[in-house]
Amino acid sequence: MAEKEFTNPKYYVNRELSWILFDHRVLNEARDKSIPLFERLKFLSITASNLDEFFMIRVASLKDMVNAGYQKKDIAGMTPEKQLAALNTAIHDLVDLQYSTFSRSLLPLLEQNGLHLIRHHEQLTKEEADYIDHYFEDNVYPVLTPMAVDSSRPFPLIRNKTLNIGAMVRKKGTKEELEFATVQVPGVLNRVVELPSQGSARKIILLEEIIERNIQRLFLNYEIICSNPYRIMRNADLTIEEDEAADLLKEIEKQLKKRQWGQAIRLEVEAGMDKRMLKLLKKELHMEEENIYEIDGPLDLTVLMKIYGLEGYGHLKAPKYEPKQVPELPSGCDIFEKIREGDILLHHPYQTFTPVVDFIRQAAKDPEVLAIKQTLYRVSGHSPIIAALAQAAENGKQVTVLVELKARFDEENNIVWARMLEKAGCHVIYGLVGLKTHSKITLVVRREEDGIRRYVHLGTGNYNDATAKLYTDIGLFTCAEMVGEDATAVFNMLSGYSEPLLWNKLSLAPLWLKDKFLYLIEREKKYALEGRPARIIAKMNSLCDRDIIAALYEASAAGVKIDLIVRGICCLRVGIPGVSENITVRSIVGNFLEHSRIFYFENNEHYEIYCGSADWMPRNLERRVEILFPVDRRECKEELLHILECQLRDNVKASVLQADGSYEKVDKRGKQRFNSQEAFCLEAAGKEEACKEAPATVTRIFTPETAHE
Amino acid sequence: MSVRTFAAIDVGSFELSMKIFEFTAKNSMREIDCIRQRLDLGSDTYANGKISKEKLDELCRALREFSGIMRAYKVDAYKAYGTSAVRETENFTIVQDQVEQRTGIKVEILSNSEQRFLNYKAIALKGEIFRRIIEEKTAIVDIGGGSIQLSLFDNDTLVSTQNLRLGVLRLQEHLNHLNAKRAQVANLIDEMASAQLSTYKKLYLKDRVIQNIIIVDDYISPWAVKKLGRDGQPMTDTKEFEGLLETLKNKSSSEISIAMDIPEEKVPLVLISALLTKRIAELMGAEKIWAPGVTLCDGIAYEYAEKMKLFKGEHDFEKDITACAVNISKRYQGSRKRAETLEKITTTIYDSMKRVHGLGRRERLYLQIAAILHDCGKYISMVNIGETSYNIIMSTEIIGLSHLEREIVANVVRFNHSPFLYYGQIQAGRSTLDKESYLIVAKLTAILRLANSLDRSHKQKLGSIKAALRENQLILTVDTLEDITLEKGFFEWRADFFQEVFSVTPVLKQRKNF
Repeated sequence: MAEKEFTNPKYYVNRELSWILFDHRVLNEARDKSIPLFERLKFLSITASNLDEFFMIRVASLKDMVNAGYQKKDIAGMTPEKQLAALNTAIHDLVDLQYSTFSRSLLPLLEQNGLHLIRHHEQLTKEEADYIDHYFEDNVYPVLTPMAVDSSRPFPLIRNKTLNIGAMVRKKGTKEELEFATVQVPGVLNRVVELPSQGSARKIILLEEIIERNIQRLFLNYEIICSNPYRIMRNADLTIEEDEAADLLKEIEKQLKKRQWGQAIRLEVEAGMDKRMLKLLKKELHMEEENIYEIDGPLDLTVLMKIYGLEGYGHLKAPKYEPKQVPELPSGCDIFEKIREGDILLHHPYQTFTPVVDFIRQAAKDPEVLAIKQTLYRVSGHSPIIAALAQAAENGKQVTVLVELKARFDEENNIVWARMLEKAGCHVIYGLVGLKTHSKITLVVRREEDGIRRYVHLGTGNYNDATAKLYTDIGLFTCAEMVGEDATAVFNMLSGYSEPLLWNKLSLAPLWLKDKFLYLIEREKKYALEGRPARIIAKMNSLCDRDIIAALYEASAAGVKIDLIVRGICCLRVGIPGVSENITVRSIVGNFLEHSRIFYFENNEHYEIYCGSADWMPRNLERRVEILFPVDRRECKEELLHILECQLRDNVKASVLQADGSYEKVDKRGKQRFNSQEAFCLEAAGKEEACKEAPATVTRIFTPETAHE
Repeated sequence: MSVRTFAAIDVGSFELSMKIFEFTAKNSMREIDCIRQRLDLGSDTYANGKISKEKLDELCRALREFSGIMRAYKVDAYKAYGTSAVRETENFTIVQDQVEQRTGIKVEILSNSEQRFLNYKAIALKGEIFRRIIEEKTAIVDIGGGSIQLSLFDNDTLVSTQNLRLGVLRLQEHLNHLNAKRAQVANLIDEMASAQLSTYKKLYLKDRVIQNIIIVDDYISPWAVKKLGRDGQPMTDTKEFEGLLETLKNKSSSEISIAMDIPEEKVPLVLISALLTKRIAELMGAEKIWAPGVTLCDGIAYEYAEKMKLFKGEHDFEKDITACAVNISKRYQGSRKRAETLEKITTTIYDSMKRVHGLGRRERLYLQIAAILHDCGKYISMVNIGETSYNIIMSTEIIGLSHLEREIVANVVRFNHSPFLYYGQIQAGRSTLDKESYLIVAKLTAILRLANSLDRSHKQKLGSIKAALRENQLILTVDTLEDITLEKGFFEWRADFFQEVFSVTPVLKQRKNF
């Protein structure tokens, strides 16, 4: 088949539609009866917050393109208009399924388990109503800002993503026209309010119902005709989503006036909202019919996370998992000494993230350490890493930190601690112009007896001790000279110096990474054509780079066996005769968020395994600084291969992509049930146990502390 | 041995770079960091003769950062050298002072011959490959921003080295001036280079055929290293290289940038460097090209390591310097035999007088070169040998010698023939010698004059010579059956100056062994 043929749009799936399928897979978890009830609530909540983000970023981007008259087709040959149209149907279906899951499955189950959600304030008993009214008086009323609209006042600014209650009102004692009034449900108050109850059954009500019940008190001079909650989503993303072509930016600049900043792109209203009010909102917000979602149930299902957080109900949640110790790195050990003994692989969250924090803590105090350099992307609020870096700078070490300010939604948070680091004397680099720094790398330069030695930590996940408990990621500690050299070069480049002549081990996006992947895929193809064993296993979050997919098609056509484990978006199609018959794609959605990127290449029986921060997406390969690193130590390679093999064996949490583009759970008939995430948990526990059993040497010698912390 | 850390800084015409090296055990030199930053000082200097304020600020900012990096590595010493662009700056002294005040880093100037020599040392660091390559006839083509240096090897020794003002940035400047279109570049480069290169061929290359070319530059070397690796298969066929140039011919800058994996801004310079290489390879008939990717920083570190006795390379660089001197002498039809005799006598005297003159190995090399070049001026005038020799040496580049060192050698040769001038007198003339160098000149002159008198007849009458220092007498015993009346006479006459300089009386004894 001609090479060009592999890039034929008909062999590709639109990435937005593929994303919707991903949210469906998460939703499937909420619908899975074998999962504890409260976990199901959590999954449903996740589908809702996912969808919110998707709207603000992706749908907004598409709207921009349509507004700008941008006609370029996507990877699957769809124009922005066509994509939007297809998305509308798909999203409406998704939302319908979300709410039917909520009302038909989850609510009754909550009821059975003694948790009653009062859907409408009208259902309150007298006592409950009294309690609620007091609650309103004491807690809610003081923070409300009601606004009325009449001919003299403009339509108020309704803030993005907030929940509001709208009402149609009329001046008391008049026959004047109806006016619109609105009040925001305050975000500072808990949206779930528990009612006092006797016995084991508990009752809760949502804040908007409390406000609705008391709305008259907000508009004393008016008669309330009707009131309903509503919520809007705005095109608030001021930067064009980076995945789009650069020429789009120019286009937008030209047509800047056409673009309506902060344009509302979705309106959610309670089903059965008063027709007059709906018409008014539609007009004032310039909403098109297809972007209005009439919802039978509470708006904004992320509230379910709050219900999940209610005290008690432990038996309805999955047992909390405590990350296990890494056998090679017992707590309190000298990490540098252990790394010198050989590369160490960490598998989070099954294994604890603490050694990574300790690595920086120890470096900060170690008198032999000269410099610490690190890239930080999304960091938790009270990050121990930040504290350790600041301390290192105060101890006179050269500390260079690249802080990525462009991390979506985290900007403000990042600026605060970046300033703090600067104050402590760190050299802070605020990202690179035009590039997002997504790589996760730490370098510690240490002066030892036989010269400088460099210790490097490379990872697939952010240096965030909070998410490290939820995201599955791989980390590698090494002091291999070749990697150390490269790491130094990486930080030189991030500091604005020129690239090194050669890279030993690491591959960097945006300059070299894509070529490296294409080379590795091409190499398998070559072996396949020579009749040698050829195989690729790749695990990532998203796959939507056309060049990579075309290369995979070519390799598959040449006979390479390709197994992909792609959690989210996948623009590749399987089972196309002559194109992708040798490719399988599976997605694993489980308790932990699959986040690691692992790439296996058979390489004529001398297999190579790489890990990295990059997905096979254009934005990762072309507009971000990403690092791909090979794992060389035999034990570590075997461990990684084992991880991939377990995920390929998974028949509980895995869904397999079908030739028709849908995903289906693996058929378990006749097979033993195998959940890879569970298996990893057990393995990590086993390893920890095994090293605990090794008897500690009993000694009667006390060890005095020589340093005061 | 304790670990020593050293920083080498190269303030180049196009780029500022610093390498950090670590010396752990004897002969173990390891590069631990390499920081490079684009900084185009060349176009300022080549066009206006001065470094602009903006560039100076940028230079200082970068050097301050370098200084921070040096602190982080706790380096024990550093050396910062400026090359062509800095060297040709009219206001260098001011720039130097400002940079030192603002950054604490003292940037010294490397003369062209020193700079090329350091590059050459950096290549020699490659060890085995280098040795293998120079076994065949080889040329080092060192392409800089301002000029290029062509050095020829024969039998693993350097035989000649010549500087041509065909630097990449300089040519680029010309091209900009001519408003050259991309299609014309190849022809224009050819034309600009041809005149100088054909003269070079006539004078130095003659009909020598060179098999290998070693390229040192900052333009095609990075690409070559990327393509071929630092070690492994280092050589590229000339044909292959030409083929590559051919494929790039009709490509746009951005296409070339992608094809060669180099920054787009560097594309024009890489092209010029490649075209020059091709032209020179044709001229020399070379079959293979090797771009080892060494930089001046490597050479600077090598020099430091040698000086600190941390490192001893295998290649004998002094032999290269004397070999070069021998070739210069040959060009002016000096007598090889007489030079050898003189070299032997002078070094014998020098070594026996160590306690008195207190000079070292380097000064001994000056004396050797002075002995080799002692009469080159006679090619121009038999009468005024001193002055003409001085002029020849001053305008001939001797690789590995700085300008000051060359002036020392030139003066020694000059005073071998002409009356000696005292410090005040010499200062009144064109000399820039400082006191210390002047004293070296005086001492070496005294030795050369004495040695010269011993071979006055130019017949190499003296078989062997022994020297021994006895209290304040230098006893020179010569084995010869011939009549040495002439020598004795001159010897006594020359002895006065020797005595004046060293307070040691030379005594000549003849031993006749029948």
